[in-house]
Amino acid sequence: MHVGLILKTERLKNEILYKALQERILVLDGAMGTMLQRHKFSEEDFRGTRFADYASDVKGNNDLLSITQPAAIADVHAQYFAAGADIVETNTFSGTTIAMADYDMEFLVDELNYESARIARKVADEFTEREPHKPRFVAGAIGPTNKTASMSPDVNDPGFRAITFEELRKAYKQQAAGLVKGGVDILLVETVFDTLNAKAALFAIEELKEELNLDIPVMVSGTITDASGRTLSGQTAEAFMISIEHIELLSIGFNCALGAKQLTPYLETVSGKSVYGISAYPNAGLPNAFGEYDETPEQMASQIREYLEKSLVNIIGGCCGTTPEHIAAIAVIAAEFKPRRIPFLQKLVNG
Amino acid sequence: MDNIEFRPLKLSGLEPLVITPESNFVNVGERTNVAGSKKFLRLIKDEKFDEALDVARDQVDNGAQIIDINFDDGMIDGKAAMVRFLNLIAAEPDISRVPIMIDSSKWEIIEAGLQVVQGKCVVNSISLKEGEEEFIKHARAIKRYGAAVIVMAFDETGQADNFDRRVEISKRSYDILVNQVKFAPEDIIFDLNIFPVATGMDEHKLNALDFIEGTKWVKANLPHASVSGGVSNVSFSFRGNDKVREAMHSAFLYHAIKAGMNIGIVNPAMLEVYDDIDKNLLDHVEDVLLNRREDATERLLDYAESVTQTTRTSTIDNSWRELPLQDRITRALVKGIDAFIIEDVEEARLAAAQPIEVIEGNLMTGMNVVGDLFGSGKMFLPQVVKSARVMKKAVAYLLPFIEEEKEKLRLHAPKSPKGTFSSWRTANPGAYRTLLDRTKNSRANPTPAEAKMWDLLSNKKLDGYKFRREHIIGMYIADFVCLRENFIIEIDGGYHDDPGQKEKDQNRTEWLEEHGFRVVRFKNSEVLNDHQNVLDKVKNEMKKVPSGDLGAQSVKILMATVKGDVHDIGKNIVSVVLACNNYEIIDLGVMVPPEKILDAAIEHNVDIIGLSGLITPSLDEMVYVAKEMKRRNFVVPLMIGGATTSRAHTAVKIAPEYDGTIVHVNDASRAVTIAGELSGDKDDDYFAFAKAKKEEYAKLRDEFLGRQRKKDYLTIEKAREHKWKIDWANYEAVKPKKLGVHQLENIDLKEISAFIDWSPFFRSWDLHGRYPDILTDEVVGIQATELFADAQEMLGQIIDEKWLDARAVYGLFPANTLNDDDIAVKGTDRSFTFRTLRQQSKKAAGKPQIALADFVAPQDSGKQDYIGAFCVSTGFGVEERAAEFREKLDDYNSIMLKALADRLAEALAEYLHLRIRKEFWGYASDEQLENNDLIKEVYKGIRPAPGYPACPDHLEKETIWELLQVEKRIDVKLTESLAMWPAASVSGYYIGHPESRYFGLGKIKEDQVKDYAKRKGIPLAKAERWLSPNIAD
Repeated sequence: MHVGLILKTERLKNEILYKALQERILVLDGAMGTMLQRHKFSEEDFRGTRFADYASDVKGNNDLLSITQPAAIADVHAQYFAAGADIVETNTFSGTTIAMADYDMEFLVDELNYESARIARKVADEFTEREPHKPRFVAGAIGPTNKTASMSPDVNDPGFRAITFEELRKAYKQQAAGLVKGGVDILLVETVFDTLNAKAALFAIEELKEELNLDIPVMVSGTITDASGRTLSGQTAEAFMISIEHIELLSIGFNCALGAKQLTPYLETVSGKSVYGISAYPNAGLPNAFGEYDETPEQMASQIREYLEKSLVNIIGGCCGTTPEHIAAIAVIAAEFKPRRIPFLQKLVNG
Repeated sequence: MDNIEFRPLKLSGLEPLVITPESNFVNVGERTNVAGSKKFLRLIKDEKFDEALDVARDQVDNGAQIIDINFDDGMIDGKAAMVRFLNLIAAEPDISRVPIMIDSSKWEIIEAGLQVVQGKCVVNSISLKEGEEEFIKHARAIKRYGAAVIVMAFDETGQADNFDRRVEISKRSYDILVNQVKFAPEDIIFDLNIFPVATGMDEHKLNALDFIEGTKWVKANLPHASVSGGVSNVSFSFRGNDKVREAMHSAFLYHAIKAGMNIGIVNPAMLEVYDDIDKNLLDHVEDVLLNRREDATERLLDYAESVTQTTRTSTIDNSWRELPLQDRITRALVKGIDAFIIEDVEEARLAAAQPIEVIEGNLMTGMNVVGDLFGSGKMFLPQVVKSARVMKKAVAYLLPFIEEEKEKLRLHAPKSPKGTFSSWRTANPGAYRTLLDRTKNSRANPTPAEAKMWDLLSNKKLDGYKFRREHIIGMYIADFVCLRENFIIEIDGGYHDDPGQKEKDQNRTEWLEEHGFRVVRFKNSEVLNDHQNVLDKVKNEMKKVPSGDLGAQSVKILMATVKGDVHDIGKNIVSVVLACNNYEIIDLGVMVPPEKILDAAIEHNVDIIGLSGLITPSLDEMVYVAKEMKRRNFVVPLMIGGATTSRAHTAVKIAPEYDGTIVHVNDASRAVTIAGELSGDKDDDYFAFAKAKKEEYAKLRDEFLGRQRKKDYLTIEKAREHKWKIDWANYEAVKPKKLGVHQLENIDLKEISAFIDWSPFFRSWDLHGRYPDILTDEVVGIQATELFADAQEMLGQIIDEKWLDARAVYGLFPANTLNDDDIAVKGTDRSFTFRTLRQQSKKAAGKPQIALADFVAPQDSGKQDYIGAFCVSTGFGVEERAAEFREKLDDYNSIMLKALADRLAEALAEYLHLRIRKEFWGYASDEQLENNDLIKEVYKGIRPAPGYPACPDHLEKETIWELLQVEKRIDVKLTESLAMWPAASVSGYYIGHPESRYFGLGKIKEDQVKDYAKRKGIPLAKAERWLSPNIAD
């Protein structure tokens, strides 16, 4: 396709997204892992025929299922769209060379992101065709990796770092390129434990945008892990926001670690201070003694009603432990409320 | 973004720093700059990064809101130093909470810095010096990294040195940044070059004024940009005359800030308060700065001659006694002056309706000031302990009056609310904001009945009771509340009659009553139609209420040093700090057995248990206490603290044993925050904190265990093959002049006191720095000097009035190493064996795996060698006198005495070691060393102590005790954890070989533990228990 045409299509796509975001609260999907667990895939299922003889164990490499069990992944996306989600996340939480090293599958990163994006793209387009009044979007999920750039894994050597900014930047760039190639509408840097990792991802995305002459919206979602309201790397919600808002974003927000209720004060903080959209996709409550999430769809939705009453968010969904039932309950409530005003988007759309 | 009117400069460390027009001037710390601080340069050159971190920490503690970091020096690898230092800072939350200013003239250093900091930094600096291309390239990168930038007023032709050039360069830079690079204008900070004035050269006359005018121009013409500069340059001509320099800095800042300068590098110690500058001096200074007279420079130079340096005098200034009562009380608390506190408190008591008001009002007002100053790093630990002393005296004076008052009121006392001592604690923080909006709304639009009721209650109309309306309590809004009496009046409108609402009202009343409030409800109609009846009812209800009872509902914390451990300086400091913050401390003292801790916890119904310990066996003891707590179904939170404790140990060993919340407390200043988290109402925040701690420790545990597996160890046999090899064939040990066991008689503490290493003394008070530099340290210098003066005074008393009894016993014996790791010692009447432990974690090729036995000649070498052992104590008399101080409510001096006794014991050990080397053993009879060299341990031979890194097994002390008959001779005892009693004691070995050195054993493996148990003839389980901190998992 001609570059000009690509740009034009991009702009159109973005405009549809911006319009939707200003008209209503968009619903993001729920947990992928929770849904995949229902299949109880065995080591053989994870391997499929292609990796039947692979040297390392691959069970637990959920991202690999995009290649070996694509129908199951497509089915999860479809279930979430059917439940009322506007946006689904690609099955690429660990799709960097850094995270894939655990399974010796660094070589698979390009393909994995590309295929995952394509699967989600296809399902989204089917739904959009069926319900043109409610266009569906795909967010390319970019996880935190399993290494932190501003913390030492060795308590006795606080100056040590297991990964550098450069290594992260390269890995993220490769992942983002695969996702873009596979056709995602949005890049979502998520579950940010360490802001420096996120900054490397954003740096990589900016480079990619410049190199490909690309205009793709970016969402960032941090994780508050601490009751005092801090990320794992120690930043407060506001400090986190300040550290990443140098890049133009579609939204910033929080996911994981906490339930909807515990997330409220941090959403209030960023909602009042950010010019960008606000996203939230909390867990289904806090894990019980067995590490399971047991907040029911109704319970979770009623907590989320509080956000909406306070007009705190623009994009709402679920993280660990949430299911299509949760998303359906959330979608019903989200439809009742007007979205939060997004100053940056107004400026962008109005020129 | 048109709809966002003004755009503040936002930076972040762990916490945000948002600089708005309303912000005060932002002070950038400048001490972590090798170009500006010789001390910092030296520390970096010597790779003393720990001390370099202290420099950074001191600045933040002292109020720096940003810290500038610079490693531009020819002798340093600036890039490596920048990355290492910033990585280390990231691990220090008390430093990394503020934003970093990455300062270098080399782009590669700046970029390396930007890649390791998670927060939004400031780059210092870029300029047009190298042309537009470079400027744009760097600005683009900075933007992508997400930092603000300082732009120097510098271009291809040079530095801006007048008004027009400042305007020209800043305008050009701004336009390029904003229009071409799309740099956020609020992220641009101009450094408009502060140059010296009064240099004697005419062209420098306008230097200050041009800067000020330039600043005005930038603020007026370059929207959202900030202006910064290094202030000390302006007074460069007056180096050596601090008085004049301080005045110049303040006057300059005064005018520059008015012009719009909002950020600057200033040494706070070199600032005078503008209003306090001598009027005449100020005139002369401003004449120069603002170029007000032709002869301004000459006049200031002349005047400066007459301004003699006034040194800080120690005359006592009692003019503050003229201040109003509250100011006097506050000052007494802040300054820790107890001389007048009783008379002031008495005056307050006579003025108050009830004696309790003096505590809740006057004294707490003062203590809140103390708390704020301490919290913001403007007061230091010794000062807070002194404040506590004043507070305790005041409260002790008031208590009898309060008791008397309580007797009078002891009718049917309903429960007072917990934690409602201060009214601000009543609101649920999570819901506060929303509720606040609702209260504003309700206050503005009262129902007719509410309006009527407020008319009756406002302005203390009802018998002087102060009521508030629409007050937030927890998740609820009370219509009217008297906080003093915890009394709530609710007016029910029509809608309260519907069944759903009734149930809600019921819940709300229950919740409020549970939290100690009493609630009476009236209907709208009652208030509107029969208000007299309503008021009578209110009065009758209120009369039943006694005054709020301080103490009864304050949070109780049990503090104990665990069984077998005798060290309590840290625990006492934590207790004092907590007590200052209104916690009630149940202090069980030292060597407290677990059952006593648990029984006391039940008896006093405590809210938190705090355990402390200094020696390694205490770690196990804490694990045991945690297990016992679980077995006895405790749920109260547990705080862990003390020198050998760590977050890692707490997470890995203690936390899994107990289901309640466990928190490791790193230092005294953290204790208050943590106790606050642990003692709040059992609400969501409380559980979220508890859960977060659990998760944090679980994660730490996983990481820790994960890391452990990766280390490589040698078998003990292999390790022995790599022992430290000494050429024994060419060595003749000096035969000690005095073999056998001896005591030192008539020890003169005055002589000993010259051997004191003072740095650890300051450390025990949380003042960090090396003696004597610490006395002149910018941040803690004044406090350290004061503490040192108090210490000297007490030391004088200790010596003159013979408070303490010093004792020492030592022995020197023939000895040889046997089977690699044992040292056979020929005691006076029989043989003994010292068992040593050998390093097992794999070293780099060629590096030895050391055990102490390596430094003593092996038997098969055929050479006779020797070893010594000793025990000294200066602790006799400490307990009695410390108890006297405590009785007099003087924790400050009680802690001071213990800290000094500890130092004296170390000094005595140093002194005895010197005499051993020079006389009693005599292998270094020609040694000539200063105290400083002793502290640095430059002498030959070592005196390692069992329980410390080279020989961590405390059990070896038992051998020393037998060998020297320590208890019989000098009455120093060993507790069940093998701590020495009295606490101010030191014991150890003497090894004389010149190659002998201190080392850390590190982790050892099970094979050595088994071997060790066998050699020592003890059960494996016992060896495992004592060596557990050193056993690799």
